[in-house]
Amino acid sequence: MDNRTQIIEIIRRVAGKEPPAAADESLFDSGVLDSFGLQDLVTELEHIFDVKIPDGDLTPRKFESIERIERYLEEHGK
Amino acid sequence: MAFLKAFGSYLPERVVSNAEIGARVGCDAEWIRNVSGIDERRFARDDESVTDLALRAAQDCLERAKVKASELGMILVASGSSERQFPGPAASVANRLGLNTTPCLDMPMASAGSLFGISLASRLCASLGPILVIGAEKMSQIVEREPMERGVAILFGDGAGACLVDPSNGFARVLDCELYSDGAYAEDLKLSFSSPLEMNGRSVILQASRKIPRAIAALLQQHRRRAADVAVFLMHQANQNLIARVAQALEVAEDKFYSNIKRFGNTSSASMLIAAAEWSRSNELAPGETLCFAAFGAGFHWGALLAEGSEV
Repeated sequence: MDNRTQIIEIIRRVAGKEPPAAADESLFDSGVLDSFGLQDLVTELEHIFDVKIPDGDLTPRKFESIERIERYLEEHGK
Repeated sequence: MAFLKAFGSYLPERVVSNAEIGARVGCDAEWIRNVSGIDERRFARDDESVTDLALRAAQDCLERAKVKASELGMILVASGSSERQFPGPAASVANRLGLNTTPCLDMPMASAGSLFGISLASRLCASLGPILVIGAEKMSQIVEREPMERGVAILFGDGAGACLVDPSNGFARVLDCELYSDGAYAEDLKLSFSSPLEMNGRSVILQASRKIPRAIAALLQQHRRRAADVAVFLMHQANQNLIARVAQALEVAEDKFYSNIKRFGNTSSASMLIAAAEWSRSNELAPGETLCFAAFGAGFHWGALLAEGSEV
């Protein structure tokens, strides 16, 4: 399973909603994630991708869309 | 040594329902309850100042402690909503308590102010004597600044809380505290002069959800205690959903966190002490039991403080 597919599955599970069709669409503006959902998403990403996301990287903008999450994991994943 | 001797509080009379505030910012009562856990909050009268609120909480606390104002070694007042740039409300509160030489300190810190105040007082009281720590906020005068922003307007309320920190006796001995500050997030929650409050709620929640439980866990570990051993957590009443997340992260039941946000909203620096005062009116900390304060707010500033029930 590629990263994008896994990310979409995690979002679906955490938010209980269907992620936006476009990978660059905001997960917040589309109503898929709220502030607490974002926290859950980050926790799940750390767990599934075995990556430690430091507090300094924890800005909503970095995790705003599927595309941005994918980019972050490519740059920081194992 | 430092002890918590008593708490006090004051809430203005006027109750502002979710329906009332929601109508002003275009959202319904149920939505507000779902995103915050708040049903209503209190707004002070136009002629009530931060100093007025602080004074009432101070008087309540001193009465409960059976201590005269003249016995105080210092007064600390935390407030992010003070009407004046300077002087802050601390000296005015002292003046209205009849004091004209007692040193006072203003802490313009918003939500974490009371926690930092108690921590500071616990270190200073051995040399200065009993220190009255007050958190007082008139947030209504800020949230009503135009343009009113929905995510801000629904959260806040007015009120004041107080705690007397004594060097020789009290119902709980202060064990230790962990305080932190990180100015990298200063822009994420700020109040500029005469401007509306600006809040990046997502950043606040993301950081608070991690930093609060981490601060509590670090403190507990240093004192070889488990979260489950804590009798009561008295946390800044920012948002009920955040309180639930912190409880979940510490793997304790949510009801270990005393909460009154439903009735009073987020009163910023006052909230932790308003909750403490209400808790103390119907609960006691038995000798040896642990009490844990925690707060997070603009700065960002955050931390936790442990106290242990003592023989009174």
